[in-house]
Amino acid sequence: MSALRQLFRFNGGVKPAYHKEASTTLPIAVAPAPTRLVIPLHQSIGGPPRPLVTTGDRVLKGQRIGGADGNVSSAVHASTSGTVLGVEMRLMPHTSGLSALCVVIEPDGRDEWMERQPFDFHAATPTATRDYLRDAGVVGLGGAVFPSHLKLNAGKQGKLDTLVLNGAECEPFITCDDALMRERADALLKGAAIMRDMLAATRVLVGIEDNKPEAIAAMEAAAARTGDDSIQVVAVPTRYPAGGAKQLIRVLTGIEVPHGERSTDHGVQCFNVGTAHAIYEAIALGQPLISRIITVAGNVGQARNYEVLFGTSMRDLIAPCAPLPDTDRIIMGGPMMGFLMPGDDVPVVKATNCVLVGSRALFPPPPPEMPCIRCGECAKACPADLQPFEMYWFSRARMFGKAQEYHLFDCIECGCCAYVCPSRIPLVDYYRFAKSEIWAREVDKEAADQARERYEFRLLREEREKQEKAAKLAAKTAAGREKAAAALAEAEKPARTPEEEAKHALIAAALERAKAQKAQVQPENTGDLSPEQQAEIAAIEARRAEIREQAKPHLRQDD
Amino acid sequence: MNNSPYFLKPASVQSVMLRVLLALLPGIAVYVWFFGAAVLVQIALASVTALLAEAAMLKLRGKPVMMFLGDGSALVTAWLIALTFPPIAPWWLTVVGVLSAIVVAKHLYGGLGQNPFNPAMVAFALMIVAYPSLMSQWPAVGFTDFLPQWHAIFGPRQLDAITMATPLDALRTALHTADARATVAGVLGSQATFGNIGGKGWEWVAAGYFIGGIYLLQQRIITWHMPAAFLATLLVVSSGFALFDPTRFVGPSFHLFTGGAMLGAFFIVTDPVSGCTTPRGKLIFAAGIALLTWIIRTFGAYPDGIAFAVLLMNIAAPLIDMNTQPPVFGHKRKGDGRP
Ligand code: SF4
Ligand code: SF4
Repeated sequence: MSALRQLFRFNGGVKPAYHKEASTTLPIAVAPAPTRLVIPLHQSIGGPPRPLVTTGDRVLKGQRIGGADGNVSSAVHASTSGTVLGVEMRLMPHTSGLSALCVVIEPDGRDEWMERQPFDFHAATPTATRDYLRDAGVVGLGGAVFPSHLKLNAGKQGKLDTLVLNGAECEPFITCDDALMRERADALLKGAAIMRDMLAATRVLVGIEDNKPEAIAAMEAAAARTGDDSIQVVAVPTRYPAGGAKQLIRVLTGIEVPHGERSTDHGVQCFNVGTAHAIYEAIALGQPLISRIITVAGNVGQARNYEVLFGTSMRDLIAPCAPLPDTDRIIMGGPMMGFLMPGDDVPVVKATNCVLVGSRALFPPPPPEMPCIRCGECAKACPADLQPFEMYWFSRARMFGKAQEYHLFDCIECGCCAYVCPSRIPLVDYYRFAKSEIWAREVDKEAADQARERYEFRLLREEREKQEKAAKLAAKTAAGREKAAAALAEAEKPARTPEEEAKHALIAAALERAKAQKAQVQPENTGDLSPEQQAEIAAIEARRAEIREQAKPHLRQDD
Repeated sequence: MNNSPYFLKPASVQSVMLRVLLALLPGIAVYVWFFGAAVLVQIALASVTALLAEAAMLKLRGKPVMMFLGDGSALVTAWLIALTFPPIAPWWLTVVGVLSAIVVAKHLYGGLGQNPFNPAMVAFALMIVAYPSLMSQWPAVGFTDFLPQWHAIFGPRQLDAITMATPLDALRTALHTADARATVAGVLGSQATFGNIGGKGWEWVAAGYFIGGIYLLQQRIITWHMPAAFLATLLVVSSGFALFDPTRFVGPSFHLFTGGAMLGAFFIVTDPVSGCTTPRGKLIFAAGIALLTWIIRTFGAYPDGIAFAVLLMNIAAPLIDMNTQPPVFGHKRKGDGRP
């Protein structure tokens, strides 16, 4: 039931034009069956799953094709039945244009499910349920794709106060959660109930921005049908980024999760509404996560929400929406935080909540960047209460240590600051750049530490060997010594996977830069990171090289 | 743009600056009503000089001239100079003042957004130190004949008939140099320059600036912190001393409604580039200016102290900012983050 309750506010935020009507006029449609599926194995935060199929295998819909690699990982499944054409590197839906291992499937058109069985989570231990969800590939569908089983943990006290379901959907253009709540509210709340039981939470708060009256009404009706008054639907004021997890928790519960702590330490856990639906399907229907609702909007004839199989090409997805002729880009996500796609032939993945079709007319290139006039607009708009212009100043001057003192790593890259800046400074680009540089230096430092340790260890060993050799000298033949040396050299050489090889190249490049600029940073808020943050770091690391390229034109020294 | 956000609020430096100019108009209109059209001549003169100087400096520094010239920041500086200088100042005084603001205070420090000092106040301070008498000749209130004013600006100057000491100047001179028995009440009652609230005519100009200031607040171009802190501090300090010894210290309405107090509160103190940016910093910054203004007005050798007060606080601004950083989300309290 909905109830009048006291809401809290977060500072800052902006009210961009929402553009949400276009995609909510029609109900959710099932996207046309694709002729080919390219399913990336690595679709979540955490370790990349191991491929479980090879070329020529026949797979069923819902069959696991990528197995979770350790617990911080999540499985991947075939979205329909068909034949595996290959397990190969394909272009990712990622701005940098990097490729990653994908399972390419040719659908057989029969859409034949594997055997599905509901999971009796009441009978299972929490660990077993979490393992089940991991293998069902359930991840956060708000865009962060954090493996859900890791978050369905009641925490230290063994119970939580509040389960927050995030239906705020504050990004312009995106309406997939809106559509889901309108059409599948009952299933969604069943998922919420499962989550509540797993977390031993006392109440469920569903936060929905008040610009979605239909969704609120549908959810309230569904909540009433459950007859369970621990579930409350709450309309929250429409203000971007009300859907940021920390912001929504703040608005609904008043709790401001302190830096470096988790919301569960304060009795709150937050999930996207789409995730609740996915959990319902996984547990109650025995269906792994193989599709999701995606908004296609922007520069199209008919914007709409589709139920899309993962691995569908974005080009196939947008085709029925009739993209207009002046289309010049595809963005994954919304206009505030979305990512430019390297092309339209990239697959839809679990993180895809929206495929935004762009054009010059819709998203005109910003007027030239002017100097910062310290007007403070950005600080007023920042939901993290940061001083964006100070971080900008220090990032541009490459004084990364100072930028960190201004809490660079508390920036959620929401884009509010850049949105309001009258000087049209691409502020977020500078933060991305600074963050990536700082991570690079972290890596450098680690590498240097490792190298030093290796070196010291070798000295030690050489010393010991010298002594041993002196003792055994008489017994040793010249040939034997040589062999030993060769073996030693072999043992010393670390075995490198291609990934490590790439990392080493990165490190080498970073070392070069570090030499060039002696400035030392002492990263301060990079210690004791949660898996979320570490995962974020990994993502940032991947974006690094490309960002540096993009940031270059902004980094004029004299201005 | 390759990176999010892909769309921006339709805001620009230019629109900010244009709205600042718009906000100055009510004050200017009242000014013309009471003191004649000379101020318009000064505004025109200052604007042309500022734009030429800005263009020349941009060209010298290899910057895109049209893009920066259009930002309007030079015009704001020019208008503020024209409004703080005497409207009958000789033309070259205004020109030199504007040049020192644009060339020295702005561009030699790195141009838009980089200047540590408020350019208009640099101009005022330099000129009042170099030409104290020229900077103290103000037209008599109500004497709005244009021709003598025109001559005052462009020569030949015949000033006696048209000038009058400003209220601040008159009071200071009377209290400091006249016989020791002069009291505030006596001085205020004796001269035509004093009005009902502040200085005659000046009180209405101040009201005009106040209206402009409200517009800036409504447009969210400035926040309430600086004007409120400035005016409140001036009010409290001047009331306190006036209560303590009403014969020697003039009361708050006089301080608030004469000289540059209102213009300062809404248009000068609030210059974002050279001032503080954190909410608490803004309060301290503006309060500091008000205090210094009162001290200079009361004890100093110059009639109005705002320019020096602003420059002094400009020096302190970075330090104040550094020590008044607002708490960042999630850093407010250690432990439980509950409200
Ligand atoms: S909004 Fe832009 S111009 Fe204003 S202070 Fe922030 S960065 Fe500077
Ligand atoms: S992008 Fe970062 S600095 Fe900018 S408003 Fe968002 S949180 Fe604040």
